[in-house]
Amino acid sequence: MPELTLDGRALRVAEGTSVAAALALAGDGCTRTSVSGQRRAPLCGMGICQECRVSIDGRRRLACQTLCRDGMQVETRA
Amino acid sequence: MSAHADVLIIGAGPAGLNAALAAAPSGARIVLLDDNPWPGGQIWRAGPQASVPAQAQRLREHVGALNNVQHHPQTRVIAATGPRQLLVEDAERGWLIDYDTLILCTGARELLLPFPGWTLPGVTGAGGLQALVKGGLPVRDQRVVIAGSGPLLLASAATARHNGAQVVGVAEQATRGAVAGFAAQLPRWPNKLLQAFGLFDRHYRTDSHVVEALGTERLEGVRLRQHGKLVELACERLACGFGLIPNSQLGQALGCTLHGQALAVDAWQATSEPGLFAAGECTGFGGSELALVEGTIAGLAAVGDRQGAARHWPQRARWQGFAKALNHAFALAPQLKQLARPDTLVCRCEDVPYSKLAGQRDWREAKLSSRCGMGACQGRVCGAAAQHLFGWQPSAPRPPFSPARIETLLCLDDTPPA
Repeated sequence: MPELTLDGRALRVAEGTSVAAALALAGDGCTRTSVSGQRRAPLCGMGICQECRVSIDGRRRLACQTLCRDGMQVETRA
Repeated sequence: MSAHADVLIIGAGPAGLNAALAAAPSGARIVLLDDNPWPGGQIWRAGPQASVPAQAQRLREHVGALNNVQHHPQTRVIAATGPRQLLVEDAERGWLIDYDTLILCTGARELLLPFPGWTLPGVTGAGGLQALVKGGLPVRDQRVVIAGSGPLLLASAATARHNGAQVVGVAEQATRGAVAGFAAQLPRWPNKLLQAFGLFDRHYRTDSHVVEALGTERLEGVRLRQHGKLVELACERLACGFGLIPNSQLGQALGCTLHGQALAVDAWQATSEPGLFAAGECTGFGGSELALVEGTIAGLAAVGDRQGAARHWPQRARWQGFAKALNHAFALAPQLKQLARPDTLVCRCEDVPYSKLAGQRDWREAKLSSRCGMGACQGRVCGAAAQHLFGWQPSAPRPPFSPARIETLLCLDDTPPA
């Protein structure tokens, strides 16, 4: 069971859980703020729409296609 | 860092897996790229809340055990960098890969049409919700409404219910007559009939479509038009998808001719470009059975086994019949083009409202004047929506095909100047 940090909050999730799912388990599930200031959450779930782009260990990744790993640092307001 | 593949396959869904399986006995060096963590595509997506069918498990294990098939998960194509060469990137690094033969099995995505409130957190695609739930998204005790069109609505409802959601509505835009006509043909494909029985939902309504997603900070409810009457349902999630559209962008960028929105292929699954094959949903929506047989034909044809490939033609024809019946039944009603209001965002990357697009001449003009389609998704969502709403043909994509790291682009430094 990997333990990761999501916007400063620690969470332990089931093996194979996506970062998108972890964000919903830990909080409101939002992933980014749009250019006009709206909070957004994953839309397509399959790597197309880019709504779920977050910063993972300093790199921009898609939360819906990234699996949670031990020690990961996820930021949705980076 | 570079690599060579005799046969390079893009996409490890049903078509890509079967293409690898069919091509492998030739001894060819096969590389299979896919942008997801696990093979199986969308239909066989694995995850903590997914149940992957035994057939899919077997196929994955079988391909995984082949010594001459190298699988790269979480890998995307960034650019076509030369004749028979692609620049690709995974979570850690970028590299160039040369190939002799390419098989595109890039699948399909959902057609997501803009309607008021669709940018609220809590609104997803229909297949989108299913994919997210399989990946562990919690839906237990949440009220879910599913809307749009096609059999995916019932599949998504079943996955949500199986994981504890309360599905309070399934709104199918097609008419009752169209859906009944399609259902009446299902005995021609008995396993599809069985699937349909397993998926039936008592909240399923035809002649119904979404009007507005309600809420301020996040989704609180949905307004639907059911048989002409407006109804409101309180819900925590709305999953809305209007059928599937082929992921033809990479093929288009490589010069392949399109047939409608899909990559055009001949009887061998060969595209208009020499040495370039395509199979599965990127050649037109038809379901996993059609994708599987197309993958087999493409894999065999790619290694020169035409006799073997031709043996699968009758099976392909059978599933093409199913695809035809399906696409006919779930054709989209014209009123779905009227869902957006002037202030409804169409481009979610650049936050471009409908009012900035209506009245433009074509996709290019719309892009230049509004930045529509110029954000991170590169028009994959709004370009398809605009094509449906305004009839604009999107242009062939330009590299980078998806957001890439600078280090990846630096790989191009290795190539000699042209």
